[in-house]
Amino acid sequence: MKPPSFAYHDPKSVEDAVALLGSLENAKLLAGGQSLMPMLNMRFVLPDHVIDLNNIPGLAGVELHDQALVIGAMTRQRELEFSDLVATHCPILAEALLQVGHRQTRNRGTIGGSLCHLDPAAELPTLCLALEAQVEVVGPSGPRGLMFADFPLGYMTPAIGADELVTRIALPLWPKGHGYAFEEFARRHGDFAIASAAVVLTLDAQGAIDRVAVAIGGVCATPMRMEAIEAALMGREPSPELFRAATAACKELDALGDVHAPASYRQHLAGVMVRRALVRACERASAGSKS
Amino acid sequence: MSEPMREIEVTVNGKLHRASVPVRMTLSDCLRHEFGLTGTHVGCEHGVCGACTVLFDGHSARSCLMLAVQANGHEIETIEGLESAKGELSHLQAALRDHHGLQCGFCTPGMLTTLTELLRDNPSPTDSDVRIAISGNLCRCTGYEGIVAAALDAAQRIKDAGSRA
Repeated sequence: MKPPSFAYHDPKSVEDAVALLGSLENAKLLAGGQSLMPMLNMRFVLPDHVIDLNNIPGLAGVELHDQALVIGAMTRQRELEFSDLVATHCPILAEALLQVGHRQTRNRGTIGGSLCHLDPAAELPTLCLALEAQVEVVGPSGPRGLMFADFPLGYMTPAIGADELVTRIALPLWPKGHGYAFEEFARRHGDFAIASAAVVLTLDAQGAIDRVAVAIGGVCATPMRMEAIEAALMGREPSPELFRAATAACKELDALGDVHAPASYRQHLAGVMVRRALVRACERASAGSKS
Repeated sequence: MSEPMREIEVTVNGKLHRASVPVRMTLSDCLRHEFGLTGTHVGCEHGVCGACTVLFDGHSARSCLMLAVQANGHEIETIEGLESAKGELSHLQAALRDHHGLQCGFCTPGMLTTLTELLRDNPSPTDSDVRIAISGNLCRCTGYEGIVAAALDAAQRIKDAGSRA
């Protein structure tokens, strides 16, 4: 058998799951399983206990609450991909999801699982950083909230305790007609990104950028919010020259090098992805402000 | 340490199967070794090749990336369930044969389950829709062209026959 030997637990409530996490040594949470199962099959992880979250009711679903989409951590990527609420209020999420694995993996994979796995090249963490998502985490003393900006502590290391689990993600909404784009370069469709960029922006009545968020994935050990690029864009009219000057900051990134691409290539590619995303986001914002 | 086991009940292709399985057993191994349904193939065992794809509660999923215990109480369709009760090939299976969409046949169970879901979700797929749908299924024989042609032809056959994928 491929996976190592472990004890299997399938709690029926968040409280039970938290209690198990608190009492068991070397336990792993199983969400959609699209990352944990390969790691088990290859024995990259050797947990003594696997706690399956799939039988806990109430952890999945998408709701609209005061200016935010609130998404249950166990919501399948498929459900988000086909959600009318997502399409209407957070279209960049639907666009980014099309780059997440394949139909078969999105049918099982969850948003909470992807955020907690925190692969630096994964699309959803990059997007959550750009959207200033808030994460609800439940532990023995109840729920607490944190900004997604504070969630990645380092390479594949989320800021959650060993006795905590993520229950909900809130994505603050951007105004109707905002511009957005998710760009990614990967060797094959569905692969993890060598570099990706999420851009969300609005234009003022004169066509200048009056609000913008830029995040990059796949380049560094964690997704990166690009405040230097945002500052260079604010108040300016979009142009290829502006985008080129603003994205020069990508050359300063502490980029990863690996068998797919050296660090210098990732720095270069990050700028290309951001510029492509800026062009498409501005086109959408222009179209949106006229409609 | 003794192997932790669980009793499971799974409906596969409309038939209820019961087994006592090690909790670490993957669904793909359970289908093949416990239920004797060897039509589902196991290739990479880490979610890349797509050969083990089954329909789990109607949606395609990698059976190597699920535990058999997670299928307890759920419904699965495998390649063995695609033909009609009378043993006739589905429109998609027949089209795959006609368009030389398989050679060695290793990827075929995953291709067929993936494309069956596509044709149910999207009865009029474009060439691009088909290619994206099978982007998670590796085939080393056909070069994919026959598979894409078969999927597009199957969509037409299903429409002509007024039936379901």
